[in-house]
Amino acid sequence: MSLKIEHLDHIYAQNSPFEFKALDDVNVELENGHFIALIGHTGSGKSTLIQHLNGLIAPTSGTVYLNGVDIFGQSKADLVKTRFSVGLVFQYPEHQLFEETVAKDVAFGPKNLKLSEEEIQERVKWAIEMVGLDFEKMKDVSPFELSGGQMRRVAIAGVLAMRPEVLILDEPTAGLDPHGRDMILGQIEKLHKATGNTVILVSHSMEDVGRYADRILVMYKGKAVYYDTPTVVFRHVDELEKMGLAVPEVKYLMRALKKQNPEVNDDIFTVEAAKAEIERVFGGERHV
Amino acid sequence: MFKDITLGQYYPTGSVIHQLDPRTKINFTLAYIILLFVVNNPVGYLIAIGMLALVIVLSKIPFVYIARGLKPLIFIIVLTFILNMFMTPGQVLWHWKVLHITREGLKLSIFMALRLTLLVAGTSIMTLATSPMDLTDGMEAGMSVIPGLKRVAHDLAMMMSIALRFIPTLMEETDKIMKAQKARGADFETGNLIDRAKALIPILVPLFVSAFRRADELATAMEARCYRGGNGRTRMYVLTYTKRDAVAYLVLAAMAAAMIGSRFIQYPWPFPFG
Amino acid sequence: MNEQTAFVTHGQNGQDAERQPIIRVENLSYAYPVEDSDQPKQALSDVNLTVARGEFVGIIGHNGSGKSTLSKILNGILSPDSGDAWIEGMNTKDPEKIWKIRKTAGMVFQNPDNQLVSSVVETDVAFGMENLGVPSEQIKEKVTEVLDLVGMSDYRKARPHQLSGGQKQRIAIAGILAMQPDCIIFDEPTAMLDPNGRAEVMKTITNLNRKHGMTVLHITHYMTELVGADRIIVMDGGRIVATGTPREIFSQVAMLKDIGLDVPQMTELAYLLNQDGYDIPRDVLKITEMVEALCHLK
Repeated sequence: MSLKIEHLDHIYAQNSPFEFKALDDVNVELENGHFIALIGHTGSGKSTLIQHLNGLIAPTSGTVYLNGVDIFGQSKADLVKTRFSVGLVFQYPEHQLFEETVAKDVAFGPKNLKLSEEEIQERVKWAIEMVGLDFEKMKDVSPFELSGGQMRRVAIAGVLAMRPEVLILDEPTAGLDPHGRDMILGQIEKLHKATGNTVILVSHSMEDVGRYADRILVMYKGKAVYYDTPTVVFRHVDELEKMGLAVPEVKYLMRALKKQNPEVNDDIFTVEAAKAEIERVFGGERHV
Repeated sequence: MFKDITLGQYYPTGSVIHQLDPRTKINFTLAYIILLFVVNNPVGYLIAIGMLALVIVLSKIPFVYIARGLKPLIFIIVLTFILNMFMTPGQVLWHWKVLHITREGLKLSIFMALRLTLLVAGTSIMTLATSPMDLTDGMEAGMSVIPGLKRVAHDLAMMMSIALRFIPTLMEETDKIMKAQKARGADFETGNLIDRAKALIPILVPLFVSAFRRADELATAMEARCYRGGNGRTRMYVLTYTKRDAVAYLVLAAMAAAMIGSRFIQYPWPFPFG
Repeated sequence: MNEQTAFVTHGQNGQDAERQPIIRVENLSYAYPVEDSDQPKQALSDVNLTVARGEFVGIIGHNGSGKSTLSKILNGILSPDSGDAWIEGMNTKDPEKIWKIRKTAGMVFQNPDNQLVSSVVETDVAFGMENLGVPSEQIKEKVTEVLDLVGMSDYRKARPHQLSGGQKQRIAIAGILAMQPDCIIFDEPTAMLDPNGRAEVMKTITNLNRKHGMTVLHITHYMTELVGADRIIVMDGGRIVATGTPREIFSQVAMLKDIGLDVPQMTELAYLLNQDGYDIPRDVLKITEMVEALCHLK
């Protein structure tokens, strides 16, 4: 059970002066159940890649297998079903809200799934609660009257309500303040733990990646360069910097400390882990 | 990828025609269109065709681009040609059953088809050789001359230039919203007309909401940059006529004289029809 | 109003103007009317602040803390319920002065797409000057100068929709600079950018302040952007809750976290270690400082 990407190429505006190779022979197998961070600087092919994963755009060559099924080799009707299995939350998803009430907007996906009215209502309630909003209070409110952070959560709920096996989020925290960001990432992590489903998070924040992901996929110039655990990927500090990326600040600190004291473990990328490691090496609590 | 769509059909080559003042090009084109309706004889049409050919060569725009502009109109041109040919009464040259071609019909149909072709080709060469921004400036300047339109001229031109600025942005946005709704299982391709119209709501509502939000923010940003209408405003590029434009106006005058004059010449040679 | 002289002279009364703060805000309050409710939402309560010539002042606060309302009042877009805001001694409530205020305190907004007016970069940069009635030749010179200042000279004839977010913001900054303001208010200019775009814009802003002495009021919720500021003002619930140098502010980790803000990882680590009895300065900002502090422990 996995998302397997095979020899995926995508060329925009082929045979025109604007021809641009966005994906260049991408090969990677994303096993189910991981919290995967997709990183790469703007123009590295991240957005193009995720739009292939649910069949929104078709590859120039190569394909994607969802649980062994070639998603581009199937009929149009089945391709639409793939879109329900792989949920995609775009950047600034609040810009796609259109219904009169929160509940109606969240119900848009399930309705397209042709579910029974009962099932739709149940899913809408579940999805709205899953993003940390009060269903009873929210359901009849117009989505356009909400705050920016709330609108975004309603939009995410709209995708969750389809109960996708794989949830892809393209920079879900862009433009939010730290509080809004923690709220959304916290809910996503909670959902991931509760359902065990795959989450693919496109992010520019290495701090967030270090905190939440258990796998990192690195894109550079249309190629998938690394796919491994954060520990392994973050060891490539110099290579990542060359790709216009960085590692969490504490990783740099631990690396500098290791130079002074080889005993230090520098496979660390959260503040909490750094604190624990420093206390291990420099001696435990020092209450005076 | 809507990003690289060219707006209007501007084809930059930096030619003499491109460098003309937009007012010259607009005036020239308007005069050309009027003259096309004044002309009623083969000599006049030859002058019109010659002028168009000259402008096309000078503009360095590939002929296919101009032909492309004619493509959607071929049907209308052919239809006018056929209708005029068979429906005009007069001296019968040829007939078969109810169909007949008259001398007058032949003349009228050829002239009408030529008129339409030259009109469309002439206008498209202007839009191909003038950037939308210049066109806006030229129209603003042109309208300002007309009494009563002076006040609205600036406002209209500003609206047009903002529209030009935001068309690519909103096209990208439309593409994004469509994809986002497709990701939620929206179907824009199947169903009857009513279903399809209904399917547009999830695109149109967010698009309008976004356009209003952008308009609001843009208005604030414009005010913050001291925009308060056209009064007291200067321009970085002031439209100025150069020698080139003087030459163009002289050519225009000569062409007009020749085309109007062609109506009054007593032709010493016999015309096939005329 | 004579825009021409306003464009050429800097400030108003020479020496006097040099000493008086560019921005002065006194007891400012503002409430938004709320639909279906008699109780308006208090966005600003009793805010006082000054920004001196050449200063780089940062304002941080989470969304809804009142920081954007403040910037809108400074630019005369909103009028305060009580209290006053002065730009170079001009009250922002004075409708006669509004255009001069906007010219003096330029403003760069959050969304890079929604503040560019023209479909060509150079005419966009010229927009403000055209509105002020600057003669054509001067506009052309100034456009060249400011595009160079923000490092966008190569894009003079480019079209905004072909640029990256960071580049668009630099064009917006150039458009403001062209109006020769005495200070620039940045209203979350980096919120919608990726890290590279953010770095580009921050480099441009810092450069303007350090090399060209531009007075900067920078509103953001990214703390790390304010490491180099002269002064930071922390806002929460429409009030100023703290003012100080970056080190003074960042060391108050508990307070910042309490009002929903981030602190740089090094400062947070110093705070956590401190709580466990480690003798590490609370105002550590940089990695090298942390390494040094830890090595001194042994």
